[in-house]
Amino acid sequence: MTGSVGAPAERREGREKVSGTARYAAEFHSPGRAQAWPVPSRVARGRVTGVDTAAALAVPGVIAVLTHENAPRLAEPDDPTLALLQNARVPHRGWFVALVVAETLEAARAGAAAVRVTYDAEEHDVTLTASHPGVYVPEEANGGHPAVREQGDPDGAFGSSAARVDVAYRVPPLHNHPMEPHTSTARWEDGTLTVHTSSQGTGAVRAVLAGLFGLSRDRIVVTAEHVGGGFGSKGTPRPDVVLAAMAARETGRPVTVALPRRFLPAVVGHRAPTLHRLRLGAETDGRLVSLVHEVTTHTSRIKEFVEQAAVPARVMYAAPHTRTVHRVAALDVPSPSWMRAPGEAPGMYALESAMDELATELGIDPVELRVRNEPDVEPDSGRPFSSRHLVECLREGARRFGWTGRDPRPGVRRDGPLLLGTGVAAATYPVMVGPSTATARALPGGSFLVRINATDIGTGARTVLAQVGADALGVPLERIRIEVGSTELPSAPLAGGSSGTASWGWAVHDACAGLARRLAGHVGTLPGQGLEFRADTTGAADAESDFARHAFGAHFAEVAVDTVTGEVRVGRLLGVYAAGRILNARTARSQFVGGMTMGLGMALTEGSTMDAAFGDFTESDLASYHVPVHADVAGIEAHWLDEEDSRLNPMGSKGIGEIGIVGTAAAIGNAVHHATGVRLRELPLTPDRVLTGLLGRRT
Amino acid sequence: MGNLQHHSRTTLRVNGKPHTLTVDHRRVLLDLLREDLGLTGAKKGCDHGQCGACTVLVDGRRVNSCLLFAVALDGCEVTTVEGLFGDGEEPHPLQRAFLERDAFQCGYCTPGQICSAAGVLAEAAAGHPSHVTDPVAPSGEPVPLDREEIRERLSGNLCRCGAYPRIAEAVEDVIP
Repeated sequence: MTGSVGAPAERREGREKVSGTARYAAEFHSPGRAQAWPVPSRVARGRVTGVDTAAALAVPGVIAVLTHENAPRLAEPDDPTLALLQNARVPHRGWFVALVVAETLEAARAGAAAVRVTYDAEEHDVTLTASHPGVYVPEEANGGHPAVREQGDPDGAFGSSAARVDVAYRVPPLHNHPMEPHTSTARWEDGTLTVHTSSQGTGAVRAVLAGLFGLSRDRIVVTAEHVGGGFGSKGTPRPDVVLAAMAARETGRPVTVALPRRFLPAVVGHRAPTLHRLRLGAETDGRLVSLVHEVTTHTSRIKEFVEQAAVPARVMYAAPHTRTVHRVAALDVPSPSWMRAPGEAPGMYALESAMDELATELGIDPVELRVRNEPDVEPDSGRPFSSRHLVECLREGARRFGWTGRDPRPGVRRDGPLLLGTGVAAATYPVMVGPSTATARALPGGSFLVRINATDIGTGARTVLAQVGADALGVPLERIRIEVGSTELPSAPLAGGSSGTASWGWAVHDACAGLARRLAGHVGTLPGQGLEFRADTTGAADAESDFARHAFGAHFAEVAVDTVTGEVRVGRLLGVYAAGRILNARTARSQFVGGMTMGLGMALTEGSTMDAAFGDFTESDLASYHVPVHADVAGIEAHWLDEEDSRLNPMGSKGIGEIGIVGTAAAIGNAVHHATGVRLRELPLTPDRVLTGLLGRRT
Repeated sequence: MGNLQHHSRTTLRVNGKPHTLTVDHRRVLLDLLREDLGLTGAKKGCDHGQCGACTVLVDGRRVNSCLLFAVALDGCEVTTVEGLFGDGEEPHPLQRAFLERDAFQCGYCTPGQICSAAGVLAEAAAGHPSHVTDPVAPSGEPVPLDREEIRERLSGNLCRCGAYPRIAEAVEDVIP
């Protein structure tokens, strides 16, 4: 071992990113490239009765207008959101009904504005309520989780509990909004399709395009050299790549489709709103007797996606009587999908807020309450944990944060017009890993080439995989070259579910370890093309584990609530994580802090609204949907424990891309309660809600 | 060719080099840089002046290049992130500080953050106050850039990866 793993190695692509030479999907110029601009539906439900393209085609520079009447026919996709321009049906507002292809961006936009679409509009329903008549219990929630789990007699046990919390929380729709909008550039040449796309995994993009266009996969090359963030919304192909491929085939030109920012919320997926009801029944010593978490959410008319927000309650705490339920209503809304920590982020907001309410009810310190409910095995499955250091995270966080001696009384710390408070919440995220292939080649010059179709969406995949390879080969990091981000490379799964590094790293490790063995047995100089070893982790990475495998963490927040303006400021945010072995201290810290920053947004500023009249998200751009800015982020610290777990993968790592968001909103909300004595149960905690709450406190 | 009246010859100096182009009056500086000059360092995040990813310097001041019609900038001096890097091998101190601090992840907002920070340094040196500058500070004197000033002044540059703390540290590193 040379000790590359764990070192704070600098990002391999860093110099390109700071110099502006890193190329993203819109930046592959080729002669004759055209630009395309989609036309979104103006009705939320109905049929297109006519598309008048004459005025658009008369705009100088417009090359073509694709509609459902003339667009290439596609095979039916597994994902109905990709059946673009195939029929007249409009399943939600913002659904694309035409695409204008033009010589320039300006002409494409002017052309799109000139397309006249008429509709046969129908009554729409986009408003989710817990008592919506269309609510049903699905077969399963996202991730293949059963919709319902029950143990014992949760209602009876709750009724006879010494202490009870019965509360409802609401998390609004949320938008991923990566800084790079969804973008693809496509080119057809001699029946071969080449695509540059902004995606978390090009393998899935190629597979979907092959199906849609009836092509064999070896006639399609998809690359994602650099990706300007995804956060789940680029996990599978989105409309941009299908439209770009269609337009390029139709016009015979390379075509770029860069989706305008305000079109994104309707077509790239969103975190669905979740309505939570939590019932916690406990003994006077704080031990839970009954835990019931029921979630109601929405999905679209064309695709069932159920945010698995009650699932973390199956993992977190020991309680003999439990029920977790997901319910969903199919409405005339855009299709929801993955957003960073689907399930865990909204679910743990609700569960960890309710735990705080229980702590207040019982007069028990909230850190201590969680420690008292630490389970011996995973509560729902009964499986032992491969490793679980939640208590250690809570203790270490409390020590670093200065939690000890905290005055539990709410609403008593004043600094002028400010009320001050602190809060804590736990976090969890499952360990996921998938099979992958990779090759490692020893080159005559003494360097090594690792090839794998991993995708670096900003996590530092190139860097950390090179570190894994260097250690498996026992050579210095500088001798490893790495290629990622293309379907021309050995196939590998997407960057999602915090599984990328575990999945890719396993294959890179095996390829490099295999190459090291081969080199050990090799006599003489290397052949000109070098010596290669190919690894495939199928059968190993996807083998069932006897263990429950999850990362855990603890979040602590300090807030100041302005009693005049209602503004909440987070002075300090501190996270401690137990996520297996940390493979690169520098990039890992950035991921943890990034997740916590998004959690801060979820707590205070981010919230979307489904407009009942128009059937669309009201907050559709970055001027109305407020992601955190520099001034919102004062001190954020991330720390981790040295966690050894031999039941994960050869590196001993758990995923780290999502857990940072998971407990953050609850920690901030709990701190706001500690500051003000007001329990706000609907996110985000905007000044209007805070002021209303403070007003209610006075009366 | 009736549309010719919608174009004008425009000369811009970009990263020290003059460029004379016949520019569509609707073309914004960002698209001119990216599409006509192949300078794709400036990024398009929103096209509406809401995210700052397109920030470049025009006559030394930072601007959202997606909000400026290129034809209105005839004779202006434009500096992009590529120009900051210069011809040599040596990166600008801000670029080096961003690398050393790991002040980015996906990299899409990074050129805008760096150009914006370059603008901030110049504005503070020239005595421009911000929302958080002490109102009784002497007018026209250089404004000391503490952490709060940096955060306030860079708040027009969004970063969804949440690299804010590292960006503020990187900017602090290069304060003279």
